[in-house]
Amino acid sequence: MNARLAAALVAALAAVAVFGGARAQDKDDTAKGIEAYREALKDGNPAELFEMAGEELWNKPAGPKNASLQGCDLGLGPGKVEGAFAQLPRYFADTDKVQDVESRLLTCMSALQGIDTQEYVDARFGTPKKNDLIALATYISGASKDKPVAVTLAHPKARQMYELGKRMFFFQAGPHDFSCATCHGEEGRRIRMQDLPNIMTKEGAAAGWTSWPAYRVSSGQMWSMQWRLNDCFRQQRFPEPIYASDMTVALSMYMAANANGSTVATPGIKR
Amino acid sequence: MNRRTFCAVTAVLSLTVASAAGAQQASWGPGADDTAFATMLQASFRNAGRVTVERLKQDETQAFCSDPQLATSKAAAKQAEAIEAANLASVKWPSDGKWLGDWKSGERIAQSGRGLTWTDSPTQASGGNCYNCHQIDAKEISHGTIGPSLHQYRKLKGGTEQVMRETWAKIYNSKSSNACSNMPRAGHMGILKETELQDIMALLLDPESPVNK
Repeated sequence: MNARLAAALVAALAAVAVFGGARAQDKDDTAKGIEAYREALKDGNPAELFEMAGEELWNKPAGPKNASLQGCDLGLGPGKVEGAFAQLPRYFADTDKVQDVESRLLTCMSALQGIDTQEYVDARFGTPKKNDLIALATYISGASKDKPVAVTLAHPKARQMYELGKRMFFFQAGPHDFSCATCHGEEGRRIRMQDLPNIMTKEGAAAGWTSWPAYRVSSGQMWSMQWRLNDCFRQQRFPEPIYASDMTVALSMYMAANANGSTVATPGIKR
Repeated sequence: MNRRTFCAVTAVLSLTVASAAGAQQASWGPGADDTAFATMLQASFRNAGRVTVERLKQDETQAFCSDPQLATSKAAAKQAEAIEAANLASVKWPSDGKWLGDWKSGERIAQSGRGLTWTDSPTQASGGNCYNCHQIDAKEISHGTIGPSLHQYRKLKGGTEQVMRETWAKIYNSKSSNACSNMPRAGHMGILKETELQDIMALLLDPESPVNK
């Protein structure tokens, strides 16, 4: 792991050197350099460490009921982790709600382990409670790697969540008039050097949806989709989305359903 | 979200629907009606730092543009014109009569994407976010592409009084000429001060600015 990570960092520094020395006419080279940098990073993705930590948390008895999460139903039956993430978000009859992996984890922690999950909802990203949730989500997503995204809108509440997510995608507010669509509603656009996926297309939605949770090299942090969305809204100058709230699940459903048929590539790695 | 905001959001949403009434089909699919959407918003955001849920209240422009299917329809063309006119009427022209400030300061403001997020301190000056979306000085290769290139702006557009006026209006309130432009309304929303707008103007329109070299 360490040797691979070191190799990735050397490649990264080389890529940064290419980037730093570039002139306007060398833009293609710059883009290639960044691509090479991202490829090199995949070779030693520290996300593996979070997957392992998540698996341990899944199996370890915890909470007032001193129970593990092994009986948690992620949609394919109690304890079935493999392939479950590829079909999330989905409608769950026991909660009568549509849930993504992180809101479902809260349900299981509360029901099986007797944990007061409000503290987990309120905790800041980057603090231990949120890191535990993200490690769990990383483990669960890794168990769907290379599976096709297959969410269903058959249940009316699932269809409603998709439609609410679509409406949210276009909702403009705040001092900058930003909506998700401002940046993610057109082909081939960039913010600075960062390519922006067009979430309205299958390819764009797949680029957004199938690579989170992801390890972010720039911050040295493991980010889940909930964290990704949280930071999108921060940059949109919106108030803060509540963790695992309906709006976040709705946007996730919009992305996941648009990405249906593409391949789960989590855990990913980002700049 | 508190009750007042919730009511305001609901009111704005019903206003949008009312103004689109008649020939328009609802743009949103099953279950995403105004009530369900407002309920979702109310339950899904919280105050953070100095950013409160009050920011979810939309003005008329934001409400109109949040339904792109309607906003781009022929039936809404008159409404789009009215929104542009209202935004144009809001433009405050430079109080000292000067269009151009300091292009060097303009470059710094154009580079900065800071300000007004829940992690920014209240004393953090807001940037213009310009390079996030536009090419400007060609020396800066890390620029976005959501907006058009502004390189050689004066060389291409000229430096007439009319160009000055149009450019000021665009930066002060981008919706004055395009109801649903992706560009923020830097002056109208108080993101940038008058002197900062003059500095951005100089970056684009001063013959000495590297943009026009």
